[in-house]
Amino acid sequence: MQAVKYARAADIDDAIRLLAEGGDKARILAGGTDLIVQARERKRDVDLFVDVKHVAEFMSLEYDDSSGLTVGAATPLYELYGDKTVQEKYPALVDASTVIGGKAIQGRASLGGNLGNSSPAGDSLPAMIALGGIATVAGPNGSREVSVAEFCTGPGRNVLESGELIVSINFPAVSDSEGAAWQRFIPRNEMDIAVASAGTWIKLDGKVVADARIALGAVAATPLVATGAAEALIGNELTDEVISNAGDAASSIASPITDMRGSVKQRTHLAKVLTERTIRDALDRINSQ
Amino acid sequence: MVATDKPKYKIIGTRPARPDGVDKVTGRAQYGADLKLEGLIYGAVLRSPHAHAIIKSIDTTKAEALPGVHAVATNADFPGSSNTTEILEPGKANERWAADNILAGPKALYHGHGVAAVAADDMHIAQDALALIEVEYEILPPVVDVQDAMQDGSPILHSGLRTGVRAAGVDTKSDIETNLASHMRLERGDVEEGFKEADITVEREFTSSQFHQGYIEPQNAAAWWSMDGRLSVWTSTQGAFSARDATADILKIPVSDIKVTPMEIGGGFGGKIPIYLEPIAAVLSKKSNRPVKMWMEREAVFQATGPTASSYSKVKIGVTREGKITAAYCTFAMGAGAFPGSPVGAGVQCALAPYAIENQVVDGLDVVLNTPKTAAYRAPGAPATEYAVESVLDEIAEQLDMDPIDLRLANVAEEGDRNSSGTPWPKIGAKEVLEAMKSHPHYLSEIQGEDVGRGIAVGFWFNGGMESSSSARVNKDGSIALIMGSTDIGGTRASIPMQMAETLGVTYEQIAPQVTDTDSVGYTAVTGGSRTTFAGGWVAYELGQMIKSEMKERAAKIWDVDSGSISYTDDGEIVGPNDKDGNEQKFSFNELAGKLQSTGGLIAVSASSSHTTQGAAYGGHIVDLKVDRDTGKVEILRYTAVQDVGTAIHPSYVEGQIQGGVAQGIGMALNEEYYYDDDGHLMNGSFLDYRIPVANDLPMLDVELVEVPNPGHPYGVRGVGEVPIVPPQPTIRNAMYDAIGVRFYHNPMSPRRVLDELL
Amino acid sequence: MIPEPKVISTTINGDEKQVLVSERDSLLEALRDRIGMTGAKEGCNNGNCGACAVIMDGRLVNSCCVMAVEADGSEVMTVEGLASREELHPLQSEFLQNAALQCGICTPGFLMSSYALLQEKPNPTEEEARFWLAGNLCRCTGYDKIIESVLTVAKG
Repeated sequence: MQAVKYARAADIDDAIRLLAEGGDKARILAGGTDLIVQARERKRDVDLFVDVKHVAEFMSLEYDDSSGLTVGAATPLYELYGDKTVQEKYPALVDASTVIGGKAIQGRASLGGNLGNSSPAGDSLPAMIALGGIATVAGPNGSREVSVAEFCTGPGRNVLESGELIVSINFPAVSDSEGAAWQRFIPRNEMDIAVASAGTWIKLDGKVVADARIALGAVAATPLVATGAAEALIGNELTDEVISNAGDAASSIASPITDMRGSVKQRTHLAKVLTERTIRDALDRINSQ
Repeated sequence: MVATDKPKYKIIGTRPARPDGVDKVTGRAQYGADLKLEGLIYGAVLRSPHAHAIIKSIDTTKAEALPGVHAVATNADFPGSSNTTEILEPGKANERWAADNILAGPKALYHGHGVAAVAADDMHIAQDALALIEVEYEILPPVVDVQDAMQDGSPILHSGLRTGVRAAGVDTKSDIETNLASHMRLERGDVEEGFKEADITVEREFTSSQFHQGYIEPQNAAAWWSMDGRLSVWTSTQGAFSARDATADILKIPVSDIKVTPMEIGGGFGGKIPIYLEPIAAVLSKKSNRPVKMWMEREAVFQATGPTASSYSKVKIGVTREGKITAAYCTFAMGAGAFPGSPVGAGVQCALAPYAIENQVVDGLDVVLNTPKTAAYRAPGAPATEYAVESVLDEIAEQLDMDPIDLRLANVAEEGDRNSSGTPWPKIGAKEVLEAMKSHPHYLSEIQGEDVGRGIAVGFWFNGGMESSSSARVNKDGSIALIMGSTDIGGTRASIPMQMAETLGVTYEQIAPQVTDTDSVGYTAVTGGSRTTFAGGWVAYELGQMIKSEMKERAAKIWDVDSGSISYTDDGEIVGPNDKDGNEQKFSFNELAGKLQSTGGLIAVSASSSHTTQGAAYGGHIVDLKVDRDTGKVEILRYTAVQDVGTAIHPSYVEGQIQGGVAQGIGMALNEEYYYDDDGHLMNGSFLDYRIPVANDLPMLDVELVEVPNPGHPYGVRGVGEVPIVPPQPTIRNAMYDAIGVRFYHNPMSPRRVLDELL
Repeated sequence: MIPEPKVISTTINGDEKQVLVSERDSLLEALRDRIGMTGAKEGCNNGNCGACAVIMDGRLVNSCCVMAVEADGSEVMTVEGLASREELHPLQSEFLQNAALQCGICTPGFLMSSYALLQEKPNPTEEEARFWLAGNLCRCTGYDKIIESVLTVAKG
């Protein structure tokens, strides 16, 4: 482990103060499942961990019918997917959070950590984008809201200004006419980074799609919002042809790389496959409600 | 279980708990990295960021100055360091190669090649110190592909290497420098004539990636080099004696100055036969006058410890319409990694071993590459060569419209048939395996569903003999201390005492086995080659015979009769002639043990033996799988492994060996591979991206044991662990064709490659 | 900023301990190198193999991905705490009897994960058990006998 100190924040202001005092090499420590490893392997220059897990706001999990679901940035995935309301109303979050690492990772890893790490392959990101997630960000100059869709700016890079941290992520309340799903492709059945992933949210009016959001992971330098794919659905019934059109639209915006996890050809194709599969899953969920 | 001519045993075939088990389930077992010593400091290794580079200078000044750092080491600390990579004599290993693989000599030859090492108060400080070492490299172009490395104009690893292609049984020398380290050939009959007799000839080329053994425990070593010159080493190794000898060779000190204590070992599969850290820890200990413990980071395990060879194969087989093989011509090239010595030699001998083929040529090429030096990996060489042969046979069976098992039965090797080297087989169980496959409920079941397929293939491994030593002492209560030289990876502290208990007619529980250090038992070869239960069992049997004979002598002394009149029963009773009053004279083993001290002392015996009779064994696998055409992903639906195990000493451990081998083979077939970038960097040196199967990748793996006792062993033992890794690659490849109609010619058949064929 | 030695108070297998650690130790390093409890194993040191799994404050974690200083005030259970003074835990006995271990290096992690599984799902299906244990790598067994053992213990 590189030379790193540890500080435990007492409240949000304390976390902001510690982060500011720590300077550029200070990092917020949530579950640590990415950060501790990166720091140990000297892939990220860190000299201070600011642990926020003893601050209630970072560990929250709250739902009400008007403001929706609020998930603290460091709330472990284990609690998130174990929650009955989340299972009932936000199954797309369960799809993603149950497969990030193994069970021992999920005891610590968090949505906020996944977002802050800003990997293009971050599993929960397309699910959060599809669900319209909004991150509450706090810093020395107060707090602000950033949509998850606009959060990442490149691999490991994001819109956080120096001294800012993620406090929580909010997802709008959902109705029975809405459904969402997330899928990824991995070569094994667990313990892999996504070769590609997709999250889809649809809202039906009768049989017609009234609104939709589709997001893709691991097919570009950041998670992508597949606007064209969503537009291919809106105003239409979900026929095979419409779903296939959405898949093609998703595939057309993929600009992946070839690396040890996947090839351009494979990832571009999977963008279509996973988009189509998540549309069907989302529809099934509405129909089964 | 299918068994032929198997005697009735009392202990053999039962499933007792292993003696090391309680320590292992309670966390008490001491693996190498768990060692605690007074004054211990921690060592770490700096590794080359380049796949091929001249090391122009190493400056360790700043690292040495860091508080908490006790010693620094480089290749120059190994005696006899010479600044050359020249091959001294044709065909002879450069004596510096072993040292240069541990810490690079004049050149770094692969990404992750050790360059320098430090020892410090804790691992954090050691890592800080590594970051302060300044190395000046001159980067050279690398070559990581076995076919590329054989091209003219390829980057050359070792100047002076000028191996030519063997011709007419003679080594030749190349005019130009080459990466070809050796060429070997096995030849029988007349292949040209053989192919003329064939009605169908199929020739195909195959390649496979590098696979890693993937043991969960990283390599480790600790050393204490006392001022009296005695070097103590603790390490998790497959062979304490080979580790000792290799350490002595590199440090150029007498073997008798080194004691290696084998710690518990967390998997090896061949990869813990070579040494990597022991000489470094020793040098750091000497320089610091402190005991030094080291272990590898996982990335270093992938970068710098032996994977298996990548391979290129070309196989041509001719058959008659009836399915009789008339000739086979095979060429196999394997990447040895940075220094010569791929497993191609074993691979060529295994390639055609399941079959009786009169006319054959098998060529093997050993090629050096800018990748880690390969180590043995479970049936080394065999999976690649047999994969190619079994794949060609599947295509032939299709062309002949013949059941693939029937095609193999038509050519199967039996007792008296000659192998590729021309040696006749003793009794082997290849035919019995094929027959058991054919009548297995799995093979007889219907398969249905879209993109679902079934495949079969067989595999062979020699199974080793080699030298093993043990000693035994009978205690006064009849309990027996059994001291062994073989490190126990998968249960030999159970399987060897079981054989001794069988010999003596005593209980398994009264034998207390222990694996000991190199000063305390005779020379014992590595735990590898599926030899340990075979060879260790043989020694245990011999010790048992010695004890029996001595027990009879003692009873003879007590009863004052001739020892020839005393018998030793299967129940461990020593029975003499009736006494003069006509009363029965008899001792139980334990009773007589109580009289040993008064009749000449407790019994202590030791034995070494080196048996060359191999328990060659065959396995045949059946798989049902489903391919997702949209993603290229394969789901294993059902898997059955049939194997001739000779005699299953401990059936649970036999099943476990086979299931483990199958799982590894499935990994090779579907997802495991070394992935290099264009500069020769290993890009997936982690358990995240080197994808060994996880628990939910696999179904239950069914095992059918066939028992054709090995005539060359007192209990019919054949080796078990290696064979099951051989068939999975062709079995799955053949099933993929059945499922989606695509023939694959590369392993692994990863989703990416499957999609490449389908899109 | 320079890391310092820190004293942490942690309850390990029921024993309250004050431990001097480096600020940059992981919980795994503290357990193994500072406390001398080597039951948790280092297989990968980056959360991919599960050999270091322990239960911290009731939750299964990879101890290589937890800083030792984070465990200040926590309760940690390791494989050394699984057996009672008198007898092995049923998972330990079954692993031993059913040959669910070969080399044994992954066994402590599997036992802790299996323990956590059975705490949460006392009667898992084979599929659930395989999914739960997918974060623990075993290279020796092919998982058959491990999964069988967990299911056997669950059935009682």
